[in-house]
Amino acid sequence: MTFFRLCFLLAVGGLPFVSTVDADEWSGLVGIEGRYFTQTPQDPRQFDHENVSLIVEPEYIHEWDDGRQVFAFVPFLRIDQHDSNRTHFDIRELTWEKAEDAWELRLGVRKVFWGVAEFQHLVDIINQTDLVENLDTEDKLGQPMANLALIQDWGTLDVFVLPFFRERTFAGSEGRPREQPPVDEDQAGFESSAEEHHVDFAIRYSHFIGDWDIGLAHFYGTSRAPRLIPGVDASGSAVLVPFYDIINQTSLDVQATKGNMLWKLEALHRSGQANAFNALAGGFEYTFVGIFETVIDLGILGEYHYDDRGESAPTTLEDDIALGTRLSFNDVQSTEALMGLIVDRESSGKFFNLEASRRLGENWVVEFQVRAFFGQSRTDPAFTFTRDDYAEMAFFYYF
Amino acid sequence: MRTWFVLTWLLTLPLHEVLAQTPEEKGLAIAVEEERRDTGWLDQKSDLQMILRNKHGEESTRILRIQTKEVDGDGDKSLTVFDTPRDVKGTALLIYTHALKPDDQWLYLPALKRVKRIASANKSGPFVGSEFAYEDLTSQEVEKYRYQWLRDELLDGRKVFVVEQYPAYEHSGYTRRIVWIDMEIYRPLKIEFYDRKNALLKTLTFHHYQLYLDQYWRPDRMDMVNHQTGKHTSLLWKNYRFKNGLSDRAFDRNSLKRVR
Repeated sequence: MTFFRLCFLLAVGGLPFVSTVDADEWSGLVGIEGRYFTQTPQDPRQFDHENVSLIVEPEYIHEWDDGRQVFAFVPFLRIDQHDSNRTHFDIRELTWEKAEDAWELRLGVRKVFWGVAEFQHLVDIINQTDLVENLDTEDKLGQPMANLALIQDWGTLDVFVLPFFRERTFAGSEGRPREQPPVDEDQAGFESSAEEHHVDFAIRYSHFIGDWDIGLAHFYGTSRAPRLIPGVDASGSAVLVPFYDIINQTSLDVQATKGNMLWKLEALHRSGQANAFNALAGGFEYTFVGIFETVIDLGILGEYHYDDRGESAPTTLEDDIALGTRLSFNDVQSTEALMGLIVDRESSGKFFNLEASRRLGENWVVEFQVRAFFGQSRTDPAFTFTRDDYAEMAFFYYF
Repeated sequence: MRTWFVLTWLLTLPLHEVLAQTPEEKGLAIAVEEERRDTGWLDQKSDLQMILRNKHGEESTRILRIQTKEVDGDGDKSLTVFDTPRDVKGTALLIYTHALKPDDQWLYLPALKRVKRIASANKSGPFVGSEFAYEDLTSQEVEKYRYQWLRDELLDGRKVFVVEQYPAYEHSGYTRRIVWIDMEIYRPLKIEFYDRKNALLKTLTFHHYQLYLDQYWRPDRMDMVNHQTGKHTSLLWKNYRFKNGLSDRAFDRNSLKRVR
């Protein structure tokens, strides 16, 4: 059964709920995004400088039973000028939720976020990353699941059964930013003979005590991040072949909120993907409220990212320091800017990131983004993007 | 609410009547009575339209839903959900108010499905670009201020107490507030806010109080004017509903994620 057939069955199953009229609503967004890549590509098959794409993401919400039951449907479509892989359709959400005093049951295609850090979402594992959307890994593919949350005074215990696996999306051979050589998704391999039908499990305990928010989780199943193994495609060209191992991952995420200071820590132990390893992301965010007698808030962020596989780690964040500033103008247009620099302590490679947004009128938002790579050595996993510096401007209409 | 406080005050009431009250005692007594009269509504839901206007008269509107629950022996819990502007639709803010220690605040970002514990020391920061600071909108506990009664007078034909209040919590943007409290209904009609340099910053006025459940007065409209920037924010309250039977579960991080 494919992902979309599953979604169709869920939708048909959900129809009886929708017919009980209470409160329902359509909303969503349409957007146009332009990217300009400042350099010519590493591979001549990749497009040169400009790229335009369109996105649509409507959202249908139906609430009844005094808000204790919710049905949500969020399809997503991007049409991209150059990259056929980036032109894609997904069902971000197709879900039914029921809340009682001691538990909540959530069935269907959903998105779940775990973690506290800003420069990397290390422990976040339930959903597959929709990597063609953005390198920041914050866009996720909808994940089919049954999630029961047991809610007690001592905290919340979430149990997840994940019956279907979504493969990571990668830029097509003509796309940018792109791995070098390109990833050939058609050859994707799985450790489990059940392939994407392997049933994955996760459990998470979360609670807060005073200033402390804590999450402890275990995941067993198909690794969301594949290993990328050098190979050749049907025409004999070099490609990277994704291989999805069965892993066990135990993780911890903690935040201490002390006045204007947030202390953050994410840590994990993973086995099953070559040698077992540990990884960590930790740091702080401090906010100066109302700088220079204005209403503008200035946040200072510092994080350290570590992976004990060292230089052989398939991540770009194995021994890296990340520094950032966040400006919140607290104005009517909700103007915000976040700027960050990640420095690799071993290779001196650097990654610069700027994100800014502002509302225009009541329904429009303009977003500006810059991503740039400096000084990556050939052995650095980020070397693959070294000619893919870009600036992005996007306009979104929310309805 | 602080029932202990109210009880103590009731026990000492005869003493107050015998001895002349100092202005500090009278100011505190008014605040305690104000809170006593507004206790027992258990929980409250309301819809809020927020109209922001700059000095050129340009307007921007936000629509929010707010639900609040009384907590015995501590500040109230509240959950605020945005319906507009559309780009922040579904964004929600969960606040556990405390009298003197910083509030606990969690922000839900629907695009990422992320619940984020946020720094709550920024009580003086503007709420969503409006002229209301966070500290103007969170629940008003007696212990949050020191008090001094100034005088009794008439305001727009109504008898009022005029009381000066000094924030007792950290990180306030104000040195003091002057509050005009209606003697009949024990609710504020006007508040002046003085900034950290003790200059007049803002004036808040309350309009069209309505009586709910024969006991609780709520305004239909609140107008905040910032004298230093010329900006203006109106709050239009609709659909006040009390005693909805909301449990603590309606104010936890799970419900924050379920908000639509």
